[in-house]
Amino acid sequence: MVIINVHNLTRKFKTLTAVDGISFSVEQGEVFGFLGPNGAGKTTTISILCTLISPSSGKAEIAGFDCAKNPDQVRTSIGLIFQDTTLDVGLTAYENLKFHAYLYNLDGKLAEKRIDEMLTVVDLQGRKHDLIKNFSGGMKRRLEIARGLLHYPRVLFLDEPTLGLDPQTRNTIWDFINMLRVEEKITVFMTTHYMDEAENCDRIAIIDHGKIIALDTPAKLKQMVHGDIIRIVTEDNRKAVPEIQSLFNVSAREENGTLVLETERGDEFIPRLIHSLPTSTRSVSIQKPTLNDVFLKLTGRTIRDDMLQDNKEVTREFVRSHRRAQR
Amino acid sequence: MIQVRPIYVICLREFIKFFREKSRLLGTLARPVLWLFVVGNGMGSLIKPQVGFSYLQFIFPGMIGMTILFSSIFSSISIVWDREFGFMKEMLVAPISRLSIVIGKTISGTLISVAQAIIILVLIPFLGIPLTVSQFFQVVAVAVLVSFCITSLGILIAARLSSFDGFNIIMNFLVMPMLFLSGAMYPVTAMPPALRHLTLINPLTYGIDAFKHVLLRSGTPPLGPEFPLTLDLLLVAAISAIMLTLAALSFRKKE
Repeated sequence: MVIINVHNLTRKFKTLTAVDGISFSVEQGEVFGFLGPNGAGKTTTISILCTLISPSSGKAEIAGFDCAKNPDQVRTSIGLIFQDTTLDVGLTAYENLKFHAYLYNLDGKLAEKRIDEMLTVVDLQGRKHDLIKNFSGGMKRRLEIARGLLHYPRVLFLDEPTLGLDPQTRNTIWDFINMLRVEEKITVFMTTHYMDEAENCDRIAIIDHGKIIALDTPAKLKQMVHGDIIRIVTEDNRKAVPEIQSLFNVSAREENGTLVLETERGDEFIPRLIHSLPTSTRSVSIQKPTLNDVFLKLTGRTIRDDMLQDNKEVTREFVRSHRRAQR
Repeated sequence: MIQVRPIYVICLREFIKFFREKSRLLGTLARPVLWLFVVGNGMGSLIKPQVGFSYLQFIFPGMIGMTILFSSIFSSISIVWDREFGFMKEMLVAPISRLSIVIGKTISGTLISVAQAIIILVLIPFLGIPLTVSQFFQVVAVAVLVSFCITSLGILIAARLSSFDGFNIIMNFLVMPMLFLSGAMYPVTAMPPALRHLTLINPLTYGIDAFKHVLLRSGTPPLGPEFPLTLDLLLVAAISAIMLTLAALSFRKKE
């Protein structure tokens, strides 16, 4: 069953076209990822889907409701976890959840039951009456996820769910999201610019300059890059290059004393290579293509190119938390 | 579209936070005490008591007005905090109307200001102003009206303020002039014409005059009430209605 349906969606801001005629659909129970560099249109798409902004043209539907025409029905069907924390740090975990329950019109007794249930799920039951001020970044994220699930949404939106968190906490959050999809059969729509995170998705849409440039499973996307990358060091690289060319019809290039060659099924190719190559090899390594290689192939850039912008985000986060501390 | 439960919980949140922040409670009491006993006593020594009451007694209605002014503006500026620290998004993506958010913020801001105005009344015995039970309820009634008016004004400003940087400008160019040009510290009729005109467009002027009607009954101008009570109440109510409408409209457009 299709739960998110987007058709020819466009959003313009003055001169900039942030989202440019994208179409896709997400099945119920799927974990669907939006991968792309900063400014690619990920957050704009999420903002349209969760009814915060209206599209310039095109259509977006969630659970059969039009995001622009029936925002309230869409809102009750979705849960959201934003890039920056949206908890009230001056309230306790319980109070934040209770606030949410009232906004979503949950009945009092039901709200209490769900709050306890969700706090147990995110393993924060023991901190129920502690102020958010005293929570770590990972705990805040977990509580936000609990809050996003409190009204049993059909789709959970995660906008860069692990931005600014340390690797260990990122893993915990992911274990948790994976558990949700199994136990709650919830549909997850997430954006990220971390490659390893995108690998967790069932399907990924790669978005750049407001357009979807590829949409498939992570495995299939990686097949777009021709084969694996093999690096070998031989006794005599100069002699080895023409040998490889004539024996296997594969062109190798030399990089800093290492020969680099691309071939499909590299794991099967290596034994043949070592066996047949007259020049003896000293070392060999194989690298499977990553989603970053896919992105590179499709756009000619790597997503890491905008690391600079990442740093800006970290600075902004620092300024925010600093100001928060001064309050 | 007005939803009761979201409005209730938005108010509840503000109350919890108000009573949790002890410094804010303390500030409520400290500011008028400072004004009354430092400024009031200093100025009072220059001014001879007239028509049966002292300068300190004269500025007390203004101190209630001041407390409401600061409290209401502070409460509504919390919208800017909420926006800055992300919590506003939690409300904006919930299935509730913008109007419910505005009403929730207005009601909570009003009630917190009224609570603070009532706290200030504990100073009355030190000033020798007589206060009957009926006067007490009249003060509360006027406080509700004035608090509602100033909170609506604050929300109108907050809806247009995109970041917290504008807060100092608001404090210096709106809140302080509103306090000084309100008849809180000196009678409106005693002001030079240029200042008097500014005072006459300030809603707080009429609110403070209404407090004078209740608390300084025996007084006559310049230290007593200067406008008819009916005019005071009607003007404050009318300005409130306009402010709240504008606030609701600009909030809907902005967010």
